Amino acid sequence: MKPAPFDYYAPSSITEALDRLAELGYDGKVLAGGQSLIPAMNFRMAQPAALVDLNGIKELDYIRSAPDGGLLIGTMTRDSKVEHDATVAQRAPIVLEAMPHIAHPQIRNRGTFGGAMAHADPAGQLPGLAVALNARFLVKSKTNEYWTAADDFFVGPFGTVIQPDEMLVEVALPALPQRSGTCYRQVSRQKGSQALVGVAVFVVLDEKGKCQSANISMLCVGERPLLAREAAKVLVGQLPVAEAIHAAADIAATKEIDPGSDIHATEEYRRYIAAVLVQRALTEAFKRAQSRGG
Amino acid sequence: MTKKIFGQPIKRSEDPRLLTGQALFIDDIQISGMLHAAFLRSDYAHARVRSIDVSAALQRPGVVAVYTAKDFSEYWRPGPLQVPPPSAIPGAVFNARTLIPIAKDKVRYSGEPLALVIAESRYIAEDALADIVVDMDPLPVVTDLEKALEAGAPLVHDDLPSNLAANVKQERGNYAEAAAKADLVIKRRLHIDRGAGGAMENRGIVVDWDEKAQSMTIWASTQAPIPLRNSIAARLGLSDTQVRVITPFIGGGFGPKIMTSMPDDVLLPIVARWLKRPVKWIEDRRENFLATTSERDQLHYSELALTKEGKILGLKDVFYHNTGAYDPYGMTVPLNTQTHTMGSYDIPNFYTEVRMVFTNKMVVTPVRGAGRTYGVFVMERLMDEAAKELGMDPIEIRLKNMIQPDQFPLRTGITGQDFVENVLDSGNYPATLIKAREMVEYDKFKKEIQPKLCREGKHVGIGIVSFVEGTGVGPYEGARVAVDTGGKVSVATGISTQGQGHFTVFAQIAAEQLGVDIKDVRVVTGDTGIFHWGAGTFASRGATVAGSAVNKAALMVRKKILEVAGRLFEVSEDKMVLEDGMVKVLDDPSKCMTLGDLSAKSAPTRGITPADFEPGLEATAYFGPPYGATGQGAEAMVVEVDPETLEIKIQRFVLVHDCGTVINPMILEGQVQGGVQMGIGNSYYEQMIYDENGQLMNASFMDYLMPGSTDMPAKMELGHLSTPSPLNPLGIKGVGEAGAIPTPSCFVQAVEDAFPELKLHILDVPLSPSRMFEIVQESKKKI
Amino acid sequence: MSELVPITVTVNHVQYEREVESRLLLSDFLRHELCLTGTHVGCEHGVCGACTILFDGESMRSCLIFAVQANGHEILTVESLGTVDDLHPLQEAFQEAHGLQCGFCTPGILMSMVPFLEENAHPTEEDIREAISGNLCRCTGYQNIVEAVKLASEKMAAGKS
Repeated sequence: MKPAPFDYYAPSSITEALDRLAELGYDGKVLAGGQSLIPAMNFRMAQPAALVDLNGIKELDYIRSAPDGGLLIGTMTRDSKVEHDATVAQRAPIVLEAMPHIAHPQIRNRGTFGGAMAHADPAGQLPGLAVALNARFLVKSKTNEYWTAADDFFVGPFGTVIQPDEMLVEVALPALPQRSGTCYRQVSRQKGSQALVGVAVFVVLDEKGKCQSANISMLCVGERPLLAREAAKVLVGQLPVAEAIHAAADIAATKEIDPGSDIHATEEYRRYIAAVLVQRALTEAFKRAQSRGG
Repeated sequence: MTKKIFGQPIKRSEDPRLLTGQALFIDDIQISGMLHAAFLRSDYAHARVRSIDVSAALQRPGVVAVYTAKDFSEYWRPGPLQVPPPSAIPGAVFNARTLIPIAKDKVRYSGEPLALVIAESRYIAEDALADIVVDMDPLPVVTDLEKALEAGAPLVHDDLPSNLAANVKQERGNYAEAAAKADLVIKRRLHIDRGAGGAMENRGIVVDWDEKAQSMTIWASTQAPIPLRNSIAARLGLSDTQVRVITPFIGGGFGPKIMTSMPDDVLLPIVARWLKRPVKWIEDRRENFLATTSERDQLHYSELALTKEGKILGLKDVFYHNTGAYDPYGMTVPLNTQTHTMGSYDIPNFYTEVRMVFTNKMVVTPVRGAGRTYGVFVMERLMDEAAKELGMDPIEIRLKNMIQPDQFPLRTGITGQDFVENVLDSGNYPATLIKAREMVEYDKFKKEIQPKLCREGKHVGIGIVSFVEGTGVGPYEGARVAVDTGGKVSVATGISTQGQGHFTVFAQIAAEQLGVDIKDVRVVTGDTGIFHWGAGTFASRGATVAGSAVNKAALMVRKKILEVAGRLFEVSEDKMVLEDGMVKVLDDPSKCMTLGDLSAKSAPTRGITPADFEPGLEATAYFGPPYGATGQGAEAMVVEVDPETLEIKIQRFVLVHDCGTVINPMILEGQVQGGVQMGIGNSYYEQMIYDENGQLMNASFMDYLMPGSTDMPAKMELGHLSTPSPLNPLGIKGVGEAGAIPTPSCFVQAVEDAFPELKLHILDVPLSPSRMFEIVQESKKKI
Repeated sequence: MSELVPITVTVNHVQYEREVESRLLLSDFLRHELCLTGTHVGCEHGVCGACTILFDGESMRSCLIFAVQANGHEILTVESLGTVDDLHPLQEAFQEAHGLQCGFCTPGILMSMVPFLEENAHPTEEDIREAISGNLCRCTGYQNIVEAVKLASEKMAAGKS
């Protein structure tokens, strides 16, 4: 399974890369970690005319503490670097919770944090987390740059707002407030294989211990990571007791997702397991929020 | 025998090369001027081919040739039947429709080759595939086994009246009479779905035709080098001596590499001769799933007739076997099913009927287990179903019906894949089950552990099954053993190796008989230039049949050594011993000689030799058993099912196996453990899924799931019993498929046991969390 | 359409200068351009792990990297570990524990284990089982591979002391 031919560019700076992308237009495709793109190319399911390889751009490889207490992660930061970073462990522990589920260490050594976002696999854990955390994405082109919220960034299966002459340069994860908790849960057939359903939640409690906000992000249940907003409404203003969590999980699974049936699982199982995972994730996240109290 | 080497867990001599990346595999072969091949394969599962336009492909730089069926003219014909039809069985119907090398008028499975591109690199060859324009008229597709036999079903082979490929009925006793007398008749429908061989190395072939020497060298990752050599020579009108097939190291066989009539086997030698340049074809993983043979996909309608005390009076099994679009491998798989359905049990009346069906799916040929798995699955599941109805425990009902040690040899009345009656030669069947029960601590689990965990809300269950494994079938294998003048021993045999440790195991046998250090024994397998008689590596027969031939030849060499040395030292043979690479006279230390020196003396280059002289310390021997030896065993496991996600984890695993005499216990255990990986795959992960258009939905490792390290139980506890087989001098039985055969039936029994309140009847594999969800939902509705 | 791209790659401590098509996979470059055939190809979609090598010291799938991307980088393949007469302790352990049968997946497992053992000098069986979960084996059932890696960790710890 050999890929089709392509023209190859290896810029060494962001500016150079953006110049090249402007030049190539629809012919150009960004190559980040390649752990999703190259298999598709080997199957000849993807046949880009030209690749702009970002792996030589050191200025895209960073993990920085943001002044607001969050994190700024450069697009080309390897997943394994993020996975083992102490600041990430502190400021975005949900990322570490999800990482071991993402393929295998050999893939994570090459795959990139930003690349996974831009790839926008509906089954991808990192896009799911980004939506849960209200992450923000910095997109640049030769002539423009803008920030966009995660929920707006993902538009469909393998589709984002990124235009052919643009590229993602940074992912910003906001600071986790006091009395907040996150949790990632999934079911997959095997360690490292694609999730059947994944759930990432980010909850915040108010001073009285009632739910102030609940981002319930779900992957593999639609064309992109979905936020279960109706489920969240049921929780907001309530004490996070089992009944409320159960009700939220039920709503999320029955009303807010559109999972399909495929060779690995039926729609019925996916809905069923979505409810189980939302319940487990919320329960744990609320527990963590309570222990992170101020 | 002194048993210093034989029976020991000797380290494998082939390992250093394999570990350091110095072992030659098929794709490592690089010959100057070598070209690369790629096949254009049909997307349609069933279609008429109107035209194939290769003109654009021919224009592409780097493309040397593009062939379609018409280019092969007189060479184009359906391939040979690789296994003879079952004419030994009265009333057998068999319609041979063998593999065609490249589609001419019609394609019958998705993946069937339409064109062959030869180019300077595989990359360019694949580019050229996209240049080829094919015009096809799709035809209705038939994939369902039962629907394929209905009147009006689309015909896979237009010259046949239906899609019936074969029909074989066999009977022992009279089932109908037995059923009439029974207190209970259990009737069930069971299905095991298709799985791939999944060797980590894909298939491949390199053909080098030397125009000046008029000889062809072929490297192939094949389990059958000699049949491959013979068929290529015959097809090309060459003498056998002009064709040499060499097997390099092979990255796993598991069955599909036994084929010798695949499109690449047939076409590449022809093309290499035309182009007068070496040609290489290496399959990619997608092709391996799509267009290399796979197995399983049998639908059974089975009945068990018993007394109310649980004694089996009769068994009936009518089943459909999916052979796919062609049937080049005869009836091997379903015949294995027929000989394994009675399993470990004494069943006086047994009726078995197979309806082999053509469908628009890839062809089925043996994959580890090779039909035995379903026979065992049917029997063990019926046992469990009967046990539930009669309120008996699974072990109790099995022991009640088990063949006893004093019943061997037991003639089953059922003809098997070797076309003789399947005879169970030896064993102690109750003992393996009892040992498995002890090892897994069955009683403790049922009485203490399970109830305790159940109260905690966990779903844990235990399964225990018994199985037989037909191995070591004929017809024969051969070996040549020789001691050279340097004192090194060479062993050559016709079968090839795919990781079973033949290099070491055969060396152990020879070293033991000749009293040499195992390091001084060099084994060559699978090179027709060095040894050119034999059938192949399949049916767990390598150690048994080829090993027996090695043993026989080694004994002949031993005899020659003693004769020559006896004449030299003027003592009788019983006064000498072979040890440390020397022949020594027992009472006279001054009379000894290295085997190398003796070898030199036995092949003089001057002087006179006697009339009946044969030079050297060399002998060739052949061994063929009267029928295959039958290994046997029992498997037990404990599973835990997550009550919410319905994911299943194996918490404890035991397999007790009797393979007779053990040559190398380390290699034996490795074989069993490896088979278990595939067995777990067939139980819970592996399923080749075709849609109604005959499209394979999961032709990659992303979607065809094979067990990884974390999917296996933390420890596989293996137990061994040994009842030597009387069928060969070493007493060996095969073991290669033992791990795969019992696992699906044990797995489902354990899963059922994890939900006692639901009273599950799981009759299909593989399972999955999603499938478990369906099963649990359905059964809750019934309660 | 595509021209050849000049690259300089260090493989097993030897520097190579070559000109390659941009689409040439690193696995094919190592195997057919440099004739280092110890790295095997099982799937070309990154799942089986047979092609695993070390890229700047980290384990990666060589079938998911283009050779041109290795320009200026250091690759280590199984040929860097040991020789037939001088096996690396990891290779010795695999032979002693019967951690290989056909040997096809083995180089990928060895190269995955090199950095793992550097970071985990005393791994538990569970740690090892997790660490090899990115490598498929069809022959062994993994049990002896786990034992081999455990044995290797003990040999290497003893070697250091």
